[in-house]
Amino acid sequence: MFRRLEEDAGRAPVRFRFEGREIEAYEGDTLAAALAAAGALSLRDTPVSGAPRAPYCMMGVCFDCLVEVDGRKNCQACMTVVEPGMEVRRQTGGDGAEA
Amino acid sequence: MTADYDLAIIGAGPAGLAAAGLAAELGLTVALLDEQERPGGQIYRAIETVGASRPLAAKALGPDYERGRGLVDAMRAARVDYLPGAVVWNVSRELAVNFSRQGGSREIRARHVLVATGAMERPVPVPGWTRPGVMTVGALQIMLKTSGLVADGRVVLAGSGPLLLLLASQYVEAGAPPAAVVETVPRARYVEALAHLPKALRAAGYLAKGVRLMRTLARAGVPVYRGASDLSVEGGERATGLAFRQGGRERRVEADLVALHQGVVPNQQITRLLGCNHVFDDGQRCFRPVLDDWFATSLDGVSVAGDGGGIGGAVAAEHAGRVAVCGIAHRLGALSEPERDARAAPSRAALDRDLAVRPFLETLYRPPREVLEPADDVLVCRCEEVTAGAVRGAAALGCPGPNQAKSFLRCGMGPCQGRVCGPVVSEIIADALGSDPGAVGYYRIRPPLKPLTLGELAALDTDTESGAA
Ligand SMILES: Cc1cc2nc3c(=O)[nH]c(=O)nc-3n(C[C@H](O)[C@H](O)[C@H](O)COP(=O)(O)OP(=O)(O)OC[C@H]3O[C@@H](n4cnc5c(N)ncnc54)[C@H](O)[C@@H]3O)c2cc1C
Ligand code: FES
Repeated sequence: MFRRLEEDAGRAPVRFRFEGREIEAYEGDTLAAALAAAGALSLRDTPVSGAPRAPYCMMGVCFDCLVEVDGRKNCQACMTVVEPGMEVRRQTGGDGAEA
Repeated sequence: MTADYDLAIIGAGPAGLAAAGLAAELGLTVALLDEQERPGGQIYRAIETVGASRPLAAKALGPDYERGRGLVDAMRAARVDYLPGAVVWNVSRELAVNFSRQGGSREIRARHVLVATGAMERPVPVPGWTRPGVMTVGALQIMLKTSGLVADGRVVLAGSGPLLLLLASQYVEAGAPPAAVVETVPRARYVEALAHLPKALRAAGYLAKGVRLMRTLARAGVPVYRGASDLSVEGGERATGLAFRQGGRERRVEADLVALHQGVVPNQQITRLLGCNHVFDDGQRCFRPVLDDWFATSLDGVSVAGDGGGIGGAVAAEHAGRVAVCGIAHRLGALSEPERDARAAPSRAALDRDLAVRPFLETLYRPPREVLEPADDVLVCRCEEVTAGAVRGAAALGCPGPNQAKSFLRCGMGPCQGRVCGPVVSEIIADALGSDPGAVGYYRIRPPLKPLTLGELAALDTDTESGAA
């Protein structure tokens, strides 16, 4: 899906979990980038029809990357920098996905 | 109420960085806020980390990207309170700026606010654009800059605009040539754009760069389909291909990832929130705030520089940032009128020169009608899943503008607050009513601009009650 151009010599690896699966990323990656690199593109289902959605803009505009981080809903995966040990889940259903 | 700063600048892209440096030099106290963790804005994203540690990414991104390093270094060296990771979620008409940072919410007050929040990509509502496996061209570039990621497999880039060709060529340089570039510029546009060529030659560097990009693609053997229309992303739960018409024929290219682009439009969230006057710019086909010669808005104490005030590109954004600061410093009493004019003159001249290419680009890359007026069954509001047809239906029932459509259909009520559907909904209603977007208007924008946690809201209440600030 996505690959890294080069191993980042200067950046420390960061491990977190997505849907229970361990993912390895690098310091400074956003959740959306780290997940895309790990092959996980679809991050939520829409509240209206339940259709799967993946990050679209990667800059905080579209809100199609909303995930649950450590139990907190509505986190923009493209604007959230990975931290070790984060527990990330896909966001499903209409619960609270409103501004 | 005393102010914390003379000037609060929102956005650390080229406009905000250049503005901050000059404002500090002129003796103003400056806060520079940006929601990103690193300075550079969209164009110079991650400029401080790409380079020594990521030579391949740096090479792919090219020399224009390197220009950002000087700007960022100058800001770092200046007396500026730089607040990265600060998401501005409200600005009041009294110039209090509220932002979330490190899990808490804070407020600062300024004597003047400079909005330098830049642009966002124009949404490209074509059939299938909500499928996983469809992103924007800018999104791919962001992943390349911040994480050194390139998409694997067959990548198809579709639409129009300088960024489309730039990213295609950056992917070639990164050793990941796209499977195809599908360009939606009708042939007749080239002829139309020729009228603006003499003026554009004043900023000939841009034209030369365009030619260079095309050559890179040709050399790498990337197929470029020109004059395409009727784009449609195919697939089930994932994108598998892009269908389009070209020269009267139906075509289809296989794709693992489709990246769409139709230029960029100003990010209006903060100027709308503040109730500044906006106009619809026909040339750029988007709304922008009304600005005077010094980039001041209709609201006293608020200015806008860079792409947030109208699309001019990164170099123009820098110059505009400096001109705006001269105007602000004069308003705040730090520069006399003759000093202001003299200080601003070189930047203003450079700005004019740089903007000379715009009419050419705007004509050539004007978004096609299928994107401004999508077919009935295309979703325009991704959040609430409202189709173009539903918006047209509402207009036919007498809905006079986007805010009424919002209460009829819930479009624009989801988490993105209409950032994505706003431009399209205004276009569709205007078209249905035989009017223009300027007349039907745009969504009213209210705080918070980004969702806040309950904890942040609670903490804010306590602050206000205890009379903090
Ligand atoms: C994804 C993308 C990629 C682009 N790539 C290129 C390129 O490669 N080459 C090129 O010539 N042009 C590119 N452009 C065009 C670009 O808009 C301009 O060239 C240039 O970045 C404009 O500078 P600016 O200072 O006006 O805004 P920007 O550089 O966009 O900076 C605006 C800053 O404001 C911040 N911001 C916005 N809202 C808030 C808020 N509420 N709170 C806090 N901070 C906020 C953003 O994080 C951003 O850092 C790109 C545009 C986009 C959208
Ligand atoms: S991908 Fe668009 S907001 Fe995160």
